[in-house]
Amino acid sequence: MEVHGELWTLKEFFVYPNEYIYWSIQIVMYPFMTGLVAGAFVLSSLYHVFGRKELKDMAKFSLTFSYALLLAAPMPLLFHIQKPLRGFNVFFTPHFTSAIAAFGVVFFAYAAIVASEIWFVNRKFFIESAINLKNASGLGNRLKGLVYRAWTLGSYDISEEALKKDERAAKILAGVGIPTACFLHGYAGFIFGSVKANALWMTPLMPVIFIMSAIVSGIALCMLTYIIIMEAKKVRILRKRKPWMISVEEIRSVEIDIVKSTTKYLIFFMIMAISLELLDLVFRGYTALKHWDILRTVIYERDFINIFVIQYGIGTLLPLIIFLIPGLTIKRAMVGLFLVLVGVFMMRWNVVIGGQAFSLTLSGYMDYIMPIIPRNLETLKEGLVGALTIMALPYIFLWMLNKFIPVIDK
Amino acid sequence: MDCDRREFLKVGFKTLLATGVSIGAFELLKPEVLAALNKEKGLRWVFVVDTTKCVGCGMCVRACKLENEVPYETNVSRTWVERYVMTKDGKILVDSPKAARDGFIKNDPMGVTVKKEDIDKAFFVPKLCNQCEAPPCVQVCPVGATYQAPDGVVLVDRTWCIGCGYCIMACPYGVRFFHPLYRVAEKCNFCYHRINKGMKTACVDACAFGARQIGNIKDLEDPVARIIKTERTAVLKEEFGTKPHVFYIGLDSIVR
Ligand code: SF4
Ligand code: SF4
Repeated sequence: MEVHGELWTLKEFFVYPNEYIYWSIQIVMYPFMTGLVAGAFVLSSLYHVFGRKELKDMAKFSLTFSYALLLAAPMPLLFHIQKPLRGFNVFFTPHFTSAIAAFGVVFFAYAAIVASEIWFVNRKFFIESAINLKNASGLGNRLKGLVYRAWTLGSYDISEEALKKDERAAKILAGVGIPTACFLHGYAGFIFGSVKANALWMTPLMPVIFIMSAIVSGIALCMLTYIIIMEAKKVRILRKRKPWMISVEEIRSVEIDIVKSTTKYLIFFMIMAISLELLDLVFRGYTALKHWDILRTVIYERDFINIFVIQYGIGTLLPLIIFLIPGLTIKRAMVGLFLVLVGVFMMRWNVVIGGQAFSLTLSGYMDYIMPIIPRNLETLKEGLVGALTIMALPYIFLWMLNKFIPVIDK
Repeated sequence: MDCDRREFLKVGFKTLLATGVSIGAFELLKPEVLAALNKEKGLRWVFVVDTTKCVGCGMCVRACKLENEVPYETNVSRTWVERYVMTKDGKILVDSPKAARDGFIKNDPMGVTVKKEDIDKAFFVPKLCNQCEAPPCVQVCPVGATYQAPDGVVLVDRTWCIGCGYCIMACPYGVRFFHPLYRVAEKCNFCYHRINKGMKTACVDACAFGARQIGNIKDLEDPVARIIKTERTAVLKEEFGTKPHVFYIGLDSIVR
C-alpha cells in the first residue's frame, strides 16, 4: 500500500520517515493562478483608476479575464485536497489563525468587487441587450434575454448622468480592488511565508515577492491572450472578406499600439519583482543562518538550472532583452510574453517544490518526479494532466463569459 | 441598615470562621498540600524519552503501528527511532529504515558498513509528536480539524479534516503524514484512547528498557514530572518556539 506522496517522491540521505513531497504541482498552480487573477486586475485598474487612456481596450478585456481566472483560482486547491467534498468545511468552521481560511474570505470579497465592477462597466450593454432581446424568438435568445433582464436589476436608466455615475462607481471599485487584489495574492504568499518549519519559505518578503511576480504574470497573460484573440479576429475577417466591418490593417495598428504601451508597465513590474527576489537571496546568504548550508546546496547546485537558467535567464533576462530592443513586433512580443509566463511559473515551482527539496533534518533531500502518465486518480490530479486541466479552465470560463459580456470591444 | 443583634452575631460568626479557615490554610502550606492543590489544577500530559536507555529494538514502533492501525507495511509511522553514528573521521551517519519498525539488526547506518573501532559515538533517538504547547499545526489548520485538548494533547478530527496538508508542512518535526486508508492528517496522539482509561501508551508498554515514559506534569507525585523538574532534560528544535512537551534525557547536539 502506497502512502500519499510516495509515488512521486525520491529521497536521498537522511529524511524523516514521514516526509514526502506533500505539496505537489497543484500547489504550484494555486499561487500561479491567483497571481494571474491579481495581475490581470491591476492591469485593468491602470485604466480605471489612473486613467491610462491608451489601455482602455486592454483594461476592459483584462477585467473580464480576471474574473474568469478568479473562478479557476480555487480549483487547484480542490484538486489537491485529499477530501474534496469537504472543501466547504473551510466556510463552516473558518479557523482564522490559518492563512488558507483567511484566504477564503478575501477571495469572496474580491470576487464581489470584480463582479460589481464588471457590472458597472457593462451596465449599458446589459440594458441594451435586454431591450433588444425582449421579443426575440428561439429558446437560446429568449434565455439570454432573461439573463440580461435579470442583470439590469430593474433599472433601465442609461442617461448621460447615470452612465457618469457608473463610471465613478467602477473607478471606486477598481481603487478598492487594487489593494484587495494585492491582499488576495499577498495572502497566497503568506501561506508559504508563515510556515516557520520551512527554511526557504520563512521570510516576511514572501507576500511582496509574490505580489510583484503576480502582477508580472497577470499582465503577460492578458497581453498574450489579447494578442491571440486579435489574431483570431484578423483571420476571421480575412476569411469572411467583410472589409467594411474593420480592416485587418486597422486591427494591426491598434494591436501593436496597445501591446507597446502595456509592455512598458510590464517591464517596470518585472524589474521590481527581480530586485525583490535577488534581495531575498542576497540577504539569506549574507545572514547565513543555520539552514543556509542546505539552502545553498539546493539553490546553487540541485536547483541551479530551474532557478538561474530557466527562471532568471530564460524567464526574466531574455524577455527583458526582447522587450527592450527597439521596434517591438507582435511576434517578438508573443515570444517574450510566453517566456515571462514560463519564468513566473518557474518561480512558483522553485518556491513550492524547491521549498520541499530539502528535509526538515537539514541533511537529506527530496525530489518531486511529476507524474506524466496517470496511474490512478492521485497521479491524475497531481500530475501533468491535472495541471493542464487547471490551465485550460480560465479559457473555458472566459468563453462562457464572452457569451454574455463583450470581452473585447467590437 | 436593618440588622438586629442576632443577625449581626450570625454574620460575625461566619466571618470569624472564614478567617480562621484561611489562616489555617496558610499554616497547612506543606508540600503534600501544594501537590494536592496542583493536582486539582489538572492534567498536562508529557513524555520523557531516555536516549541513554534506548537500544533501537523497534518494539515501540511495532506496537504503535498495530495499536493505532497504521498499515504495517506502509512507509509512514506515528513514532520512529533514529540511529546516530559518528565516526572517528567526523562523519555523521543517521538513518531510520522503515521507521525502525524491525529494529536495527545490522551495523550499516545509511547502507555504509562501519567498523566498530571507527565509531566515536553511537546511540538511538526515539521520536514522536511533541504535543507542543504552541503547536503550529493547530495554528494553520483552516478548518480546526487539528486542535489541542485541555490536557495538552493535539488531536486530529478525522471526520472534519479536508486533507490539505498544511499542518504537515507546518510541523517542524515531520511527525505528520496522511493516513493511507482514511486519507486525512495523522500523527501520534499519545494513545489518547489508552491514557484516558488510566493505561500507558502502547509504546511505553512495549519498551522493555524504560526508554519511554508518559506522565502528568501538573502532578508533583508523578515520576515523569519529577524527572523533568529535577533532571537535565532537553527538547527538540527549541528555536521554533513550539514549546515541545516531549523531554529528552541525554540529547546530543548532532540529533536533528
Ligand atoms: S510535534 Fe508537530 S504535530 Fe506534534 S504538536 Fe508539535 S507541531 Fe503539532
Ligand atoms: S490536513 Fe487536515 S488537519 Fe491538517 S491542516 Fe489540513 S484540514 Fe487541518
